Amino acid sequence: MNPPTDPRLLRLHPADNVLTVIATLEAGDRLQFGAESVLVPARLALGHKVAAQALAAGEKIIKYGAPIGSAKCAIAAGEHVHTHNLQSDYLPTFQRGEGQHYEHTT
Amino acid sequence: MTGWLRNDGRKGIRNLTVVVYLVECAHHVAREMVFPYRESGANLLGFPGCYPNAYAHRMLRQLCTHPNVGAALLVSLGCEGFNRNALLEEIRATGRPADVLVIQQEGGTRRTIEQGRVWIEAALKQIADVPRVEMAVSDLIVGTVCGGSDATSGITANPAVGRAFDLLVESGARVIFEETGELIGCEQIMAARAARPELAPELIACVEKAARYYTTMGHGSFAPGNAEGGLTTLEEKSMGAYSKSGNSPISGILKPGDVPPESGLYLLDVVPDGEVRWGFPNISDIQEIGELIACGSHVTLFTTGRGSVVGSAVSPVIKICANPETYRRLSEDMDVNAGRILEGGATLEEVGREIFDQVLRVAEGGRTASEALGHSEFSLVYKSFEPLGPGCLPG
Repeated sequence: MNPPTDPRLLRLHPADNVLTVIATLEAGDRLQFGAESVLVPARLALGHKVAAQALAAGEKIIKYGAPIGSAKCAIAAGEHVHTHNLQSDYLPTFQRGEGQHYEHTT
Repeated sequence: MTGWLRNDGRKGIRNLTVVVYLVECAHHVAREMVFPYRESGANLLGFPGCYPNAYAHRMLRQLCTHPNVGAALLVSLGCEGFNRNALLEEIRATGRPADVLVIQQEGGTRRTIEQGRVWIEAALKQIADVPRVEMAVSDLIVGTVCGGSDATSGITANPAVGRAFDLLVESGARVIFEETGELIGCEQIMAARAARPELAPELIACVEKAARYYTTMGHGSFAPGNAEGGLTTLEEKSMGAYSKSGNSPISGILKPGDVPPESGLYLLDVVPDGEVRWGFPNISDIQEIGELIACGSHVTLFTTGRGSVVGSAVSPVIKICANPETYRRLSEDMDVNAGRILEGGATLEEVGREIFDQVLRVAEGGRTASEALGHSEFSLVYKSFEPLGPGCLPG
């Protein structure tokens, strides 16, 4: 694993495989991962996550040292990790539905 | 550090006289008698309801006999359901000066206020003689709560409080986190941290109770704004709140008013037991802070992103601001600027150490921002709890 050297990325726990963006990144910015540099394709606001390393489909995503879900597909180092490629493992999942009530989904 | 030694052996970091209204109808009279002494160590608290409630009674008993409290004056209208004589006897049994004024017997508003002020003045003089003794970090109980959260809360202030909690537990203190409704999704992770096997299912049951309760209330936990802020899953959001607990093993579960028996990390279960009947488990951050204090908290660590300004009656509140922009706008209300983490000014470890140092400073008598501004909020409403199940506490 390349330790990220970019000061705009925060690792919350040593075991984490995602990093939190702590500044707003604009499309075209580059993130520094050790010797590598990764292009930011679209605007990323503070609080969003990027992969700290290449992640395989199904791999547990670790933040705060704990699993927060699984990768839906392969994710490259530096890629944005969000609802398009990360799914909850929490069953039953409580989601906010139309009527503002919890909905049990599996 | 020194503390005020109480007869039960507990030590306080403040030496307050509390004035307690026992129904909303006595609130004005109680508030007026406290007013001239609000800067000299008198605090106002109370319960608004007219109908008796075992939880409210227990909360007021634990607050009136909190180690930060030296004396208590109860203010009753006279016809409310609260059992004022039982509460008075419970406070007196601890050796504290305590009395009750009944407005209908004293002769109304003005006379009760006058009588109350005479009593408060005498009590403040009397408790000035309570002995001060050496106090260690291991004598402290520290609670934590978050409020007015934003996208920065879970990445700066909350994990920094977690680091401070770890330092406090290493020093032998007792620390308490809460808000089981915001822990939905990390109950398995939490259960894996149980100090004893029998505690694990109890931790899961606490969060399941919260999930059922909030389901009935129709209050969602994962809102669209969370995803815009970069949070993807419910367990991730919950981990942001949960990170306040640090990395220590979880030693036990408390319900409001239970004092943790030994050093370690405890989860305070704030969701009422039984059928859903009292509305939201806690109507505001203030009520949660009051419950942490009823569990003996000497200090509460309050993390905020958008910028809460509150303090509390009985125990000081240290406010830890997660967002550097909020800090610049509300710096007079904040004690710690955890948002520096986002601007390269500090690491999580450094802010965690700063929070630990702030706890010691406040325990030694240093005023918090909210104390300096005169904040002493308090709120208590109807709830009901069953006693703790076996396995919830160590020993």
